[in-house]
Amino acid sequence: MEVEKFSYDNKIVKAFMIATVVFGLVGMLVGLTAAIQLVYPIFNFDIQYTSFGRIRPLHTNAVIFAFVGNAMFAGVYYSMQRLLKARMFSDQLSWLHFWGWQLIIVAAAITLPLGMTTSKEYAELEWPIDIAITVIWVVFGWNMIGTIIRRRERHMYVAIWFYIATFVTVAVLHVVNSFEIPVTLFKSYSGYAGVQDALVQWWYGHNAVAFFLTTPFLGIMYYYLPKAANRPVYSYRLSIIHFWSLIFIYIWAGPHHLLYSTLPDWAQSLGVVFSIMLLAPSWGGMLNGLMTLRGAWDRVREDPVLKFMVVAVTSYGMVTLEGPLLSLKNVNAIAHFTDWIVAHVHVGGLGWNGFMIFAILYWMTPRMWNTKLYSTKLANIHFWLGTLGIIFYALPMYVSGVVQSLMWKEFNAEGFLVYKNFLETTVQILPLHALRAVGGALYLTGAFIMTYNLIKTAYSGSFIANEAAEAAPLAKEYVQRKGGWHNRVLEHKPVLFTVLTLIAILVGGAIEMVPTFLIKSNIPTISSVKPYSPLEVHGRDIYIREGCVNCHTQMVRPFRSETERYGEYSKAGEYVYDHPFLWGSKRTGPDLQRLSGKYSNTWHYNHMLAPDAVSTGSIMPAYPWLFEQSINKEDTKGKINALRSVGVPYEEGYENEANIDLDKQAGEISATLKADGIDVSDDTEIIALIAYLQRLGKDIKAVKTADIKH
Amino acid sequence: MENIAVWPIISFVIFFIFFICLLLWVFSVDKKFIEKMKALPMEGSTPDTETPKP
Repeated sequence: MEVEKFSYDNKIVKAFMIATVVFGLVGMLVGLTAAIQLVYPIFNFDIQYTSFGRIRPLHTNAVIFAFVGNAMFAGVYYSMQRLLKARMFSDQLSWLHFWGWQLIIVAAAITLPLGMTTSKEYAELEWPIDIAITVIWVVFGWNMIGTIIRRRERHMYVAIWFYIATFVTVAVLHVVNSFEIPVTLFKSYSGYAGVQDALVQWWYGHNAVAFFLTTPFLGIMYYYLPKAANRPVYSYRLSIIHFWSLIFIYIWAGPHHLLYSTLPDWAQSLGVVFSIMLLAPSWGGMLNGLMTLRGAWDRVREDPVLKFMVVAVTSYGMVTLEGPLLSLKNVNAIAHFTDWIVAHVHVGGLGWNGFMIFAILYWMTPRMWNTKLYSTKLANIHFWLGTLGIIFYALPMYVSGVVQSLMWKEFNAEGFLVYKNFLETTVQILPLHALRAVGGALYLTGAFIMTYNLIKTAYSGSFIANEAAEAAPLAKEYVQRKGGWHNRVLEHKPVLFTVLTLIAILVGGAIEMVPTFLIKSNIPTISSVKPYSPLEVHGRDIYIREGCVNCHTQMVRPFRSETERYGEYSKAGEYVYDHPFLWGSKRTGPDLQRLSGKYSNTWHYNHMLAPDAVSTGSIMPAYPWLFEQSINKEDTKGKINALRSVGVPYEEGYENEANIDLDKQAGEISATLKADGIDVSDDTEIIALIAYLQRLGKDIKAVKTADIKH
Repeated sequence: MENIAVWPIISFVIFFIFFICLLLWVFSVDKKFIEKMKALPMEGSTPDTETPKP
């Protein structure tokens, strides 16, 4: 058969690699800033754009979507062309994908500090950006499927399977979780409320970890690890089992983020069971990676690429053991809401994703620039700084998590909480937070050294923009070998394969969500729970804008240590008007669900202005801008209409009268402040925020628990 | 909720069937084909096929 000559597009890979390094450094720098803010609140700078609540989502989005995302695309574009023996389907689509993705990142970097956020973790970007993500993701998929159709290699290697699963699942997750009703150009309300919103969000959140941070990097592992070790993967059969069981099981495990919450018990149990099952495919994959190095361990000592890969795969193994353990209810009761989870995700982020990215950057750069790595010594220094960075990050956070949790739960002989004041538990762990920042700084220093090393490497060689290749085209008629049709049917039928992948990931999501959505009895209704007043809606939007949910939960779990500290445990029916839900996932500060009436309006006023002056030692940022900015009453109408359209029972026409109620309630609050000698205009943002904070848990305090129907 | 038990049963049945089929499939695949797939990323370079003796 005649051999065709073509070339691999290295230029697009180079572009994604540069973006990876640049946004990696930026994302880590923002993370380090956030870490320092948690020790020294002065580094919030009393400026709204740099306060922790807005910086934290900037860090997570930058690291996940800009650093890891760009690295994923670089790794996929490089390996896919070679595995399929074809140039990417369309150069135009490649560049549209690249520039589109970078624009999305820039849009995120601008809107998040401005406080434009949906508040849903790792899905904070507002609706116009959500639409852009959908479009660019389709461009990526189109380019990928096009390349697969034009391939010169009949069979799709397992790495390609992982890439297809990534594309299909992220598309489904993003579209389902982004169902929201626009209010203004950069403000929307989630289409789901309360428990349902939480379920959809953590189905998304957990699977963003699975299908954005894990599956593409497993594909990358299956391509680059054999290349770097110069020997084929240990067991291809195991990789098939790894793939199908991983994607099939992962999609069910989301509810483990909501244990002891008001999510129906059966859904929690389902999440636990599948999380435990996940251990098998995850460790199968890890062992497959490590065993690929059999007989090559001597080279690990010399080759920095292999060093990074070994730590990456080992971190993957540790995190995927820890994950199932954390999803056991008894472990979760201790670890949830604490720094333990922060340690867990950073072993994954810094160890698995970070080190795998460093490995492939060190591997691809000399090959694409036709040269040798500038300095192996510097790469080794990077390796040790990075490894120490991970240890200095993770260990203090594990200790901190356990200390925090034990302090929250400690009772004295008389049966009272020993640390009644939440702040005591915060102050206790600050030295550990400082140590964590040191770990982050070490890791970041390593990344800077890598950047220097890669730039020097590139300058020492000459870039091969189009790498020449040749391969025979696929025969038009594929002759099946006798009796073997069922063995290979999937590897050479990409469309059927994609459909099966889609079915595999839809089954789990459907079984979890359909009952929760269809059956009313899953959400006990409480008659005293009423929709928020217009002023409270404005206040809640400020709460969302400032990212309060990053540090404060609104979920009292049914433990004595929590009901003693906060009050009545949370009920599903309390959240039916919460678009979006604000349960939170971390308690850097105390839970706020039972806040109403606990403090006076004046206390809140002073506390938001100078937290440290009211609670000595508090690490909460100050919010001086809330005292200068006014709410926009013209938005009230749009807010009421949007909330009604997602099911909040405001009466028809109420949108026109809402501002009358708003003025009345604002007047009452400012009058109480005035009585304490504080003169403030009725429409300042702080008034709306106080209204919301004083509403939290108010409805349920009005009824006896026995009256709540389950 | 009534008949709640049906959901875990459905889940179990789906899983049981899925994994049995997967295992049957994987272990019936032609060995030559597995070797070919294994070598796919190694093409163009010289794979080190030497395996150490136990």
